Amino acid sequence: MRNVNIKYRVAKSKSIQIIIVLLAFIVILPLLAIILYIFKEGATKINWTFLTKIPKPVGEAGGGIVNALLGSAIIVFVASIIAIPIGIFTGIYLSENKTSKLAYWSRLSVDILQGVPSIVIGIVVYFWLVKPFGTFSSLSGSAALAIMMLPILIRSTEETLKMIPFSLKEAGLALGLPYHKVILKVIVPCGVSGILSGVILSIARIAGETAPLLFTAFGNPYLSYNILKPMHSLPLLIFNYATSPYDDWHNLAWGAALILLTTVLLLNIITKLTTKRWNVQL
Amino acid sequence: MERPVIKSVNFNAFFGTNHVVKNVNIEIPKHNAIAVMGPSGCGKTTYLRCINRLHELTDGATSNGEMLLNGEEVYGMHPIFARLKIGMVFQRPNPFPNLSIYDNVIAGYKLNGLKLSKAEKDNIVEQSLTKAALWNEVKDSIHKKGTFLSGGQQQRLCIARAIAMEPEVLLLDEPTSALDPISTSSIEELFHDLKKNYTLIVVTHNMQQAARVSDKTAFFYMGELVEYDDTKTMFTNPKDTRTQNYITGRFS
Amino acid sequence: MACMFLTLVIHSMPSIRSLGISFFWGKTWDPITNVYGGFPFLIGTLLTSFLALIISVPFSFSIAVYLGEYQPTGWLSNLLKNIVEIIAAVPSVIYGFWGLIVLVPLVQALEIKFGVLPYGIGIFTASLILALMIIPYGASLGREMMRMVPAHLKEAAYSLGATRFEVIKNVVIPYTKSGLFAGVLLSLGRALGETMAVTMVIGNANLMPTSIFGPGNTMASVIANEFTEADHTLYLSALIELGLFLFLVTVVINMVGKRIIKKFTNE
Repeated sequence: MRNVNIKYRVAKSKSIQIIIVLLAFIVILPLLAIILYIFKEGATKINWTFLTKIPKPVGEAGGGIVNALLGSAIIVFVASIIAIPIGIFTGIYLSENKTSKLAYWSRLSVDILQGVPSIVIGIVVYFWLVKPFGTFSSLSGSAALAIMMLPILIRSTEETLKMIPFSLKEAGLALGLPYHKVILKVIVPCGVSGILSGVILSIARIAGETAPLLFTAFGNPYLSYNILKPMHSLPLLIFNYATSPYDDWHNLAWGAALILLTTVLLLNIITKLTTKRWNVQL
Repeated sequence: MERPVIKSVNFNAFFGTNHVVKNVNIEIPKHNAIAVMGPSGCGKTTYLRCINRLHELTDGATSNGEMLLNGEEVYGMHPIFARLKIGMVFQRPNPFPNLSIYDNVIAGYKLNGLKLSKAEKDNIVEQSLTKAALWNEVKDSIHKKGTFLSGGQQQRLCIARAIAMEPEVLLLDEPTSALDPISTSSIEELFHDLKKNYTLIVVTHNMQQAARVSDKTAFFYMGELVEYDDTKTMFTNPKDTRTQNYITGRFS
Repeated sequence: MACMFLTLVIHSMPSIRSLGISFFWGKTWDPITNVYGGFPFLIGTLLTSFLALIISVPFSFSIAVYLGEYQPTGWLSNLLKNIVEIIAAVPSVIYGFWGLIVLVPLVQALEIKFGVLPYGIGIFTASLILALMIIPYGASLGREMMRMVPAHLKEAAYSLGATRFEVIKNVVIPYTKSGLFAGVLLSLGRALGETMAVTMVIGNANLMPTSIFGPGNTMASVIANEFTEADHTLYLSALIELGLFLFLVTVVINMVGKRIIKKFTNE
């Protein structure tokens, strides 16, 4: 029998397998390090003061991040209000119209939009909504975030609806329902959990975004509810305080980081649970 | 009788706890073509894949019993050895898409790291393609990728690739079920010649094909080897009612 | 929807007419004297992104092979899959923050060992963080590609006597070559546009980087840092021009990557 070096080749195959498995799992380490570190540093900083007061001027201890917490919530909420209807409707439109010219360009724009760096979106919104009005505002921040949410919303809605069997649509039409009613009352409710997971995913995606807010919402050291004025947000706070030389501010940043991380992770887990039923390709 | 090339004694195969091949005892003589038939899910393909130890690559797949190749226990040697001596042709023609026809034929050598001189390689390629009745059709485009070949030609390329390794046994898993009738008959013609050098075990759904090409036929039903006899006898005078029912089309 | 795309381009344009092409070769960036050369940032972006790519490829490739080939099912594989998705979900500021506090001292120690100026921050650190952040993109795409290799092709190789590794090397990889390349491209696109984490650890030095252990700046990070401080139009325009360039480059790379994937999945 020819010498086929079986022992050597099998050993080589096995050892390469071990190397690959090691390399694959090594990435757990830095992730774990990051999460644990944030939990460790952040957990001690969170208390009632932290959650309800605004930051004190430099040098004074104490203070909290309520303005950023509230700010984040408001900005994300407004962004969702803007993006969700547009995103879902576009998704519905695209799933129904595979071939029209408009559909082609829309799909192309969505693809392109997905790849645009977040900071570029910030620049553009600056020119649309900040310069003309002469002021930074949380509304412009929400607009920027909404733009970023759109590709995810549109994509997931379209994919969910595409997976619904054609026969369902036929059944609705056969019952005499007008076309748009078939879509709205039969198809969409069927795909609700898929669409919902897309919504949650898009929120998770933008909740932690900083760059688009740098020149739109800009940040605000005071508590504010006015969406036409600058507003603070968690990621902005973390960025500003982390890069500052003050220990007090670092402390606040750790607590904020913990809250942000936990929120984003929770949202992702929720998305997972809702997607499980649908197997949507996002 | 001369020692059989393949012999199974009380051979069983499982997918997890699912017992799909039950207690098979069979002796397959050299230079014969054996057809393995049976309804879908009867275990014939699984049995075939046990011979060259492809079965165990599936998660949770196990087997026990004796499987002898020329008296040697197949499950006692390294699986790679077994596969070198037992070639396989699959249901869908699967030449490697990134290799030329030439490289496809000697793929077995390359994969195993066997070094050959150019003259040796040329020789093997020409011989294998000739035995697979493909040489004349492709000899001018032998370094092109095989994707332009028809289904029948691709399958013959796969046969050439398998016999290039000079196996003792050639396993064929429904080799013509994905081909048109003309390609099918060209492959069937091949079997008569291939028998001279190798032993063929062909799983087939097609009773007419079994009748046309094989010397002996094995009939599997629900994992058991129900009947095994000379093809002529099996088809004209089956001994088991299940065989009878299958042949007359009671179930497929 | 489509209007968005067009407006983006139009709005970026008017702001950059002023500066001309030499912008990209100029090496000094000095707002005070109103001289703007974008070359340092171009280099900074290229260096960090490519370095990050090089560092991340062995890992994302291994993950792809593990999840796509060695162990596509099972609890361990699900665990890894989820972990990779978590890596992608962590906000960029948090990576930057952690990088600043934890990674920088580590890199400093490393630099001392190498006998280099221990800045801690700099191009190398930024590349490290960036590498971690882009691993999920290459990995999940690679995995998808590998799952598409038809089983009977692999079986043909096994039946010829190949070992597991040989099947991967000779069948799986050639089959998925273009898909894997697209994965690399998309990771690159992501790396080029990443702003926050890089800004926080790169050192913000507006000069030509002299070594990878020294500080620098990328196009994205200089925009992030100086946009709100740009007080005259030329300054602002210069930054916008950088933004436009960034936009074009990332869009092109992403489109090419997506096109390759589409071709691959349609075959």
